[in-house]
Amino acid sequence: MNSTPDTPAATRITLPVDGMTCAACQANVQRALTATAGVTRANVNLMTHEATVHYDSAATTPEKLVAAINDTGYVSRLPDPNADATVADQAREQEQRRDYNAVRTKAIVSLILGAAAMIVSMPLMSGSHAAHSGDVFLRWTMRFDEPVRSAFPFLYAIDPFRVLLALFVATTLVMTWAGRHFYVRAWKGLRHRAADMNTLIAIGTGAAYLYSLSATFAPHWFAAAGTRPDVYYEAVIIIIGLVLVGNAMEARAKTETTQALRQLARLQPSSARIRRNGQEQDVPIASVQHGDIIIVRPGERIPVDGVVTHGSGAVDESMLTGESMPVEKIAGARVIGATVNQSGALEIEATTLGQASTLARIVTLMKEAQGSQAPIQRLADRISAVFVPVVLSIAITTFAAWMIFTEPASLGASLTAAVAVLIIACPCAMGLAVPTAVMVASGRGAAAGVLIKGGEPLERLAGIDTVVFDKTGTLTEGLPKVVDSWIAADQDRDAALGWIASVESKSEHPLARAIVAFAGSRDLAVADSVGALAGKGVAATVDGHHVIVGTAALLTESGVDTAAMTTQVEAWSKDARTVVAAAIDGKVAAAFAIADTLRPNAKDVVASLTRRGLRVVMLSGDRQATAEAIGRQVGIGEVIAEVLPDGKVDAIRSLQRNDHHVAMIGDGLNDAPALAQADIGMAMASGTDIATEAASVTLMRNDLASVEHAIVLARKTMNTMKQNLFWAFAYNVVGIPIAAGVLYPAFGILLSPILASAAMAFSSVSVVSNSLRLRGVSLS
Amino acid sequence: MSPADWGIAASAIVLIAFVNWFFLGKQDRPVAATAAAPDGVVDVLIRVEGGYTPSIIEVPAGARVRMTLDRREDNPCSDEIVIPDFNIRNPVAAYAKTIVEFTATPGRHEFSCGMGMLHGAIIGK
Repeated sequence: MNSTPDTPAATRITLPVDGMTCAACQANVQRALTATAGVTRANVNLMTHEATVHYDSAATTPEKLVAAINDTGYVSRLPDPNADATVADQAREQEQRRDYNAVRTKAIVSLILGAAAMIVSMPLMSGSHAAHSGDVFLRWTMRFDEPVRSAFPFLYAIDPFRVLLALFVATTLVMTWAGRHFYVRAWKGLRHRAADMNTLIAIGTGAAYLYSLSATFAPHWFAAAGTRPDVYYEAVIIIIGLVLVGNAMEARAKTETTQALRQLARLQPSSARIRRNGQEQDVPIASVQHGDIIIVRPGERIPVDGVVTHGSGAVDESMLTGESMPVEKIAGARVIGATVNQSGALEIEATTLGQASTLARIVTLMKEAQGSQAPIQRLADRISAVFVPVVLSIAITTFAAWMIFTEPASLGASLTAAVAVLIIACPCAMGLAVPTAVMVASGRGAAAGVLIKGGEPLERLAGIDTVVFDKTGTLTEGLPKVVDSWIAADQDRDAALGWIASVESKSEHPLARAIVAFAGSRDLAVADSVGALAGKGVAATVDGHHVIVGTAALLTESGVDTAAMTTQVEAWSKDARTVVAAAIDGKVAAAFAIADTLRPNAKDVVASLTRRGLRVVMLSGDRQATAEAIGRQVGIGEVIAEVLPDGKVDAIRSLQRNDHHVAMIGDGLNDAPALAQADIGMAMASGTDIATEAASVTLMRNDLASVEHAIVLARKTMNTMKQNLFWAFAYNVVGIPIAAGVLYPAFGILLSPILASAAMAFSSVSVVSNSLRLRGVSLS
Repeated sequence: MSPADWGIAASAIVLIAFVNWFFLGKQDRPVAATAAAPDGVVDVLIRVEGGYTPSIIEVPAGARVRMTLDRREDNPCSDEIVIPDFNIRNPVAAYAKTIVEFTATPGRHEFSCGMGMLHGAIIGK
């Protein structure tokens, strides 16, 4: 699917167009749209009655596009962008609920009728071979022969043919009402030479029904062949009932697997309160323009991505990042559409809209993730493709073997075994095993702020053995801070700091900003005649004092005696601190130790990953000493330092040697090539940048613990997939031979078609339920 | 084994051969689709009813393909369309038209229903 974000000015919108009936209408609308100023491209689709228009939002508006269509005589309106999705969603849900209720009613009625049919059939079976049959279920039901006889003695007095007629009518009703769709669908498939679960059920119950029909109306055929004219009406009814129960439960469980995605898609507000020409007005979200000022009151959902221009407030971003603590937003802060402003009024300038917005991209990403296939699924797919023909072949073989090898040959027993084979076989469980796990896992991940791009990355992530952290911005905050300072004894601390800070405030250098931040909020004197000294520092005049700030070497070069700070500076350098010194009026005045600080939980996360048996490596462009110092602090022994940006790829490649599987965690921008080279690239999302191409995992929460969450989720999901596949395979591999009667010669055990249908109904439900367990799984 | 038994065995073998030929021996002729829409998008219309008709579609490699699935049934087997090569797993509404769009890279791209029972392919040529 196309998820290329539009640039702010080039926007895309899809408008409904009603009234088009032919290609000429389509051409009319298309012409009208293309002729509208500002439209770069327009596609009109006759089949969906939609126009997709690419336009320059600076030159035209959705309202004008709607007007252009309406002028042609066809009818369009401004779409409520999610309304469509929500309405379709709700319609689908309503339909599903209706279907579920209908299926449930049919299942219940069939099972009640089936139970009645069994009671009514008792007299027919009484005294027959049933009590000594190999069919476990049949033998068990015969225990009820006596109780039924004493409860309903009249049943045993009725003419057996009348009972048969009643059973025939009931079965025919159930088949044509409750089970009708099995036959219709199987027939449609047969016409395309395609077979699915319906084919198996239709042939299985159909054969049992036809056999019973012949036994009812032409018993003499059976007498001639030396077989008892047994009937299997009650089995047909109960099989249909049980399969319907299974269908209903499976359908319900399946909708739950995509719940997380649907909840996410519903987060988007449908309107925004914007200020245009000094007037506040509520407008549909589709007509919000790039640069509009949006008013968000406390408790409201922020409608679009933007930057705070005015006001401040605590914003709850948990729905997108999984972070439960609200984040304080002040002017200049980025906010994400669909998050909730908890307190304080905010004015926001809209920056990203429509398909390019963070929420839309997360939803697209998740849709694609849920649509992706995990490699482990391939075997299951290969089996599914030949499953039904193979099962039909086994059923035919079963029938023939029973006819040939049992003495005397019993048509009824042979048919029962063949029908049991058809009914117990369940391709659905195999088809559901992996996709349901991927769906639930991607939902679980999103709830924790971990976006995984699909089944294949999930599988690869579960198999990694090496975790590589980029140092700057990943293990560390990426913001240098003054961690220690020294002020010359003859200086007034406050005055010195103030002068130094006012010089540094003129610089954009990160080290300068660290010093300004350290000096804290104070009224800074104006620095005059500021001069940059070739990458070594700055010099300026403040309040009549000559101030130099820069490296220790710069001070020495400028003729300043730095002896007083030497001991301190050497100690800092040993700890891999960056040192900035300052001189005031030719005398050494201050020195600052600056370092990038570790993220608060970096050490815990590294320890925890090591405990999980992962090899943790740090990658850094810094000098070996600096990198190793950070490595020591955070508990990483293996440090690869002095790596140039393009050297990171080689570093990853060498770690991958000897079949090691490497996950690389970086910032997604500078580390993109290394992220792509690694088996799994994890990008820490910064602000609204989520769709990092190079990374297969995006961590929405600016928190290293997410790395561990992602790995734990992948490993647990992999386990679930394996359990599901094992169960689905084992179920068929064990169930089909038992149904065919392989245990009969040795143990006298047979599986009745009724038990087979119960097993089949619950096999796929159990697989989906197992996947759903991932929703509540703990990730730490 | 009696002659009747031999007869049963022979019939079973013939029946098995027929079943496998019937379901697995199907060879659909590919249908070629070209860009007809003014925007250069290749429209592919597929009927979903007991299978995909047509089931094998040739499109120009590299073309943007707009695949319209006209589903005329509510059989849960065709509830979803899956095109693994393009990471697509989309719901397909019953008795309605659903559109999926992708760019067809060269080669054969299998598509199937959610459970892999119904099959088709897009061939980028």
